Amino acid sequence: MRHTITVRVNGVEERHEVDANQTLLSFLRDTLNLTGAKQGCNEGECGSCMVLLDGKAVNGCLTLAAELDGHEVATIEGLGQAGALHPLQSAFLKHHAVQCGFCTPGVVMTSLALLQENPKPTELQLKTALAGNLCRCTGYRQILDAIQDAAKTMRAQSKRRTA
Amino acid sequence: MLLPRFEYRAARTVGEALTLWAEQPGARFMAGGTDLIAQMRTRRKVSRVVDIKQIPELNQIRESEDGGVAIGAAVALSALCEHPRVRERYPALVECACQVGAYALRNRATLAGNLCNASPAADTAVALLALEAKVVATNMDRSRVIPVEEFFLGPGKSALEEGELVTEIVLPARSAGFQGSYHRQSRRRGMDLASVAVLVAKGGEGAPRYRVGLVSVAPTPLRVRAAEELMEREGPSAIARAAEAARLACSPITDARASAEYRREMVGVLTARGLAALA
Repeated sequence: MRHTITVRVNGVEERHEVDANQTLLSFLRDTLNLTGAKQGCNEGECGSCMVLLDGKAVNGCLTLAAELDGHEVATIEGLGQAGALHPLQSAFLKHHAVQCGFCTPGVVMTSLALLQENPKPTELQLKTALAGNLCRCTGYRQILDAIQDAAKTMRAQSKRRTA
Repeated sequence: MLLPRFEYRAARTVGEALTLWAEQPGARFMAGGTDLIAQMRTRRKVSRVVDIKQIPELNQIRESEDGGVAIGAAVALSALCEHPRVRERYPALVECACQVGAYALRNRATLAGNLCNASPAADTAVALLALEAKVVATNMDRSRVIPVEEFFLGPGKSALEEGELVTEIVLPARSAGFQGSYHRQSRRRGMDLASVAVLVAKGGEGAPRYRVGLVSVAPTPLRVRAAEELMEREGPSAIARAAEAARLACSPITDARASAEYRREMVGVLTARGLAALA
């Protein structure tokens, strides 16, 4: 059974036919060729498929594509570009918070969702938010440092914007 | 990457959801889908998914007729945990709900889904047991109210009948104000099911009332009235005996997450620790 969905992905309206048994993750990767979100465990354990649905972090592997009609999705591809990185992306580079990189898009999207809700998280709030994202390379320290650094930059930016 | 084949239908009203279920044998209701989609990938055969998230009244948290709070079946756990009235009146439920899965999972998972999955490890179930919540279930002919105490029959088994849809979960006014803490052990802080967990809560006007609930140590989530009564009768001096009562009440198994011996031992430790912090 096919469904026609209209969904905004990274600000662009997309209209596509999807299968009932297709996940949000499969829609991004196989239909739209947006391969930033990764398929890891495919059961919600690892967080490498994390994207934002209406501004909230969700596991792409546990959401159906057919549910997306009328909604808005944000992925790592919409975040920044070479030469104009998002503060989170710059901070991940600066703090060597990336090793193999497989978990990174998911970790960045989870962090983005958290920082939009809570621009100044404590270490514990940050760790709690990231409990659903596995990284098997970095040991998390660099990731936590990078996010706090990015949070500082983002707070300064939003202060400048409101000033 | 595709799931096994099934139909997807989104209902706009409770009546439509019930019809969509009834016209297709093997249909299944879906709220957040975090359990169902994972289960469909490995073992559960579903011919049609009936999505209930677009039904307006199931997305509400409202004051119930008796002055308690009714939580719609499609309300995400993150919305529940942020709701000012729920936080103020039922903090013990928030304690448990905010430990389900992880941050992103709670944006999708629901209280009703956690109940209907009927896992012995359901974190929110123990709070609903302790707070004496009621489940409202509807089918084509009628609505009925099931006390949570009678809801769980065994692992994956609940008192729900075929074709019944849980529409809301009602927390009674008399359970408002219970302060609790949820002591949860798991192999990993996020996502993993509890290996063993204990909820303790204290509330009520006048002489304090106690609640003790256990997770992942019996075929269903468990309330330990013997421990509660000891605490109510004798106060903090009974903590060691209340913990022993909890230890005796559970019937854990050994599985990949923990051994039966460890679980039983930890029930005693966590109950004593929790009660001491409350006293």
